[in-house]
Amino acid sequence: MTQEEIIRPENKVYSRPTFLTDNYTHYCPGCSHGVVHKIIAELVDEMGIGEKSLGIAPVGCAVFAYNYIDIDWIEAAHGRAPALATAASRLNPDMLVFTYQGDGDLSAIGTAETIHACNRGENIAIIFINNGIYGMTGGQMAPTTLLGMKTATTPYGRDAVLNGYPLAITNLLAQLDGTCYVTRQAVHTAAAVRKTKAAIKHAFENAINKCGTSVVEIVSTCNSGWKLSPAKSNEWMVEHMFEKYPLGDLKNVESIH
Amino acid sequence: MEDEIKLMKGNEAIAHAAIRYGVDGYFGYPITPQSEVLETLAELKPWETTGMVVLQAESEVAAINMVYGGAATGKAVMTSSSSPGVSLKQEGISYLAASELPALIVNVMRGGPGLGTIQPSQSDYFQATKGGGHGDYHLIVLAPSTVQEMADFVALGFDLAFKYRNPAMILADGVVGQMMEKVVLPPQRPRRTEEEIRSQCPWAACGKGGRGHRNVVTSLELDSAKMEENNLRFQRTYREIEQNEVRFQEYFTDDAEYLIVAFGSVARICLKAIEDAREKGLKIGLLRPITLWPFPTAEVARLAKNVKGILTVELNAGQMIEDVRLAVDGAVPVHHFGRMGGIVPNPNEVLEALSAHFNI
Repeated sequence: MTQEEIIRPENKVYSRPTFLTDNYTHYCPGCSHGVVHKIIAELVDEMGIGEKSLGIAPVGCAVFAYNYIDIDWIEAAHGRAPALATAASRLNPDMLVFTYQGDGDLSAIGTAETIHACNRGENIAIIFINNGIYGMTGGQMAPTTLLGMKTATTPYGRDAVLNGYPLAITNLLAQLDGTCYVTRQAVHTAAAVRKTKAAIKHAFENAINKCGTSVVEIVSTCNSGWKLSPAKSNEWMVEHMFEKYPLGDLKNVESIH
Repeated sequence: MEDEIKLMKGNEAIAHAAIRYGVDGYFGYPITPQSEVLETLAELKPWETTGMVVLQAESEVAAINMVYGGAATGKAVMTSSSSPGVSLKQEGISYLAASELPALIVNVMRGGPGLGTIQPSQSDYFQATKGGGHGDYHLIVLAPSTVQEMADFVALGFDLAFKYRNPAMILADGVVGQMMEKVVLPPQRPRRTEEEIRSQCPWAACGKGGRGHRNVVTSLELDSAKMEENNLRFQRTYREIEQNEVRFQEYFTDDAEYLIVAFGSVARICLKAIEDAREKGLKIGLLRPITLWPFPTAEVARLAKNVKGILTVELNAGQMIEDVRLAVDGAVPVHHFGRMGGIVPNPNEVLEALSAHFNI
């Protein structure tokens, strides 16, 4: 069988989602961002919301999210995505507005904006990539960095006395009256990817139906920052990250109203 | 609603004018002496009439970033604060300027630095006119001296902001924010429709909505050559604004031997001083810059040719005087008289300062 005989429309089983651009990715091989981007692009297509979606990109590795998902975007200042999303959503109630944020963005510099957007019950979805490290700036400690974990700013491992404790901010957000759906997922296996996709879909639906704020944390890997291969990173994540950040729904109510 | 004459505070006038202009959203945080803006909006409930969004944010940082998010979708959005709060807003203001977004920021100045005092001041002149946040940018800065101008400059600020895709600031001192005066409110304008916004703001990130391509509002450009292109484009806009939008008012400048340059409420005190002086035969004129940026440089230079000396009077240690001196370029002596700490000078003090500096 020749190559030409194989590459035919009837044999096609998978293709790039319509809303995923063909720009070269700047993410490292094995990085979780690419998978989550693909999920969002697929959902935007499947849910038929490509013309009315607005993403708010963070500062961090996903700063260029707007290069890959073919919807309107605003690039926020570090940590401020939920504030931007608040206004964009209130001023444009027909739009689906979601933020896409990393752990430094959401749980360090943007803690106030995150908590208050969630507490107000803004009708937005927050996609939260937690890989326990600052990827973009070169592997420094994040609030979510595990104790003992070595980073560029904790070269001897995170020490609770020196650096404080890992912050499971999603647990905190689940306690707020404004959140309707708070879940923690991962994308290290095909099954996990499917669950994450269902979670983000639910979060998008909640935002569209004005049920309150949804937070989807995705426990992720950072091969470059962790200095591990993609496969080893996944193993390390399962062994270490899931203990502090266990997967599953933390809250799922129909609506905050 | 037709034109209406009301008695109100400058801060209240801002709120009324915002609703009547058809502003889409206000995001603020309480701080003295400007809290009446948010309070008045909350009392007027414009969300039930025009559909205007009013939100008390968790901080000034959040408020200005809400403005950034709203402006990026093409909406007419604004915030107000006072000096310490405006310091917090500088990050977002820099992003607004860098993303070429229209928005209105109101600073009802109080004395600083630090927490300072809640009494009036003009000590944020440098911050407002020279950038304020990081990077190379300018705001369009309007300085009202009456409650009427507080109301009028809401419309002017938004008109200029949208015309040039650049944030505008109303830089008011606490006197103008707090004092009550007669004000004619403009008639109610409808808010723009979604179609009008899409047509006026083809750059807006408000959902593709059939436009055929995605809009991305960002200030990030890692390619240095392209970033320099962006910087040059911003500068071209600033030159255009300098060319077209300088605004000022003059009093008694035709025969003036000495010139006072003052803005905001202080200009009115100086006008009283000048009227008193003229009764004694002293020919003094007043230039009141209305746009602090762009500064009326050419007009100051022109007037400098006909006077013996210039006094700037400010509620600070001498900030606008630097722009006056640049314009005068050494042609005549330029001196400063200012009060700080929230103290507002009386007309006599202004005349005494003039006499002391110029031996008249």
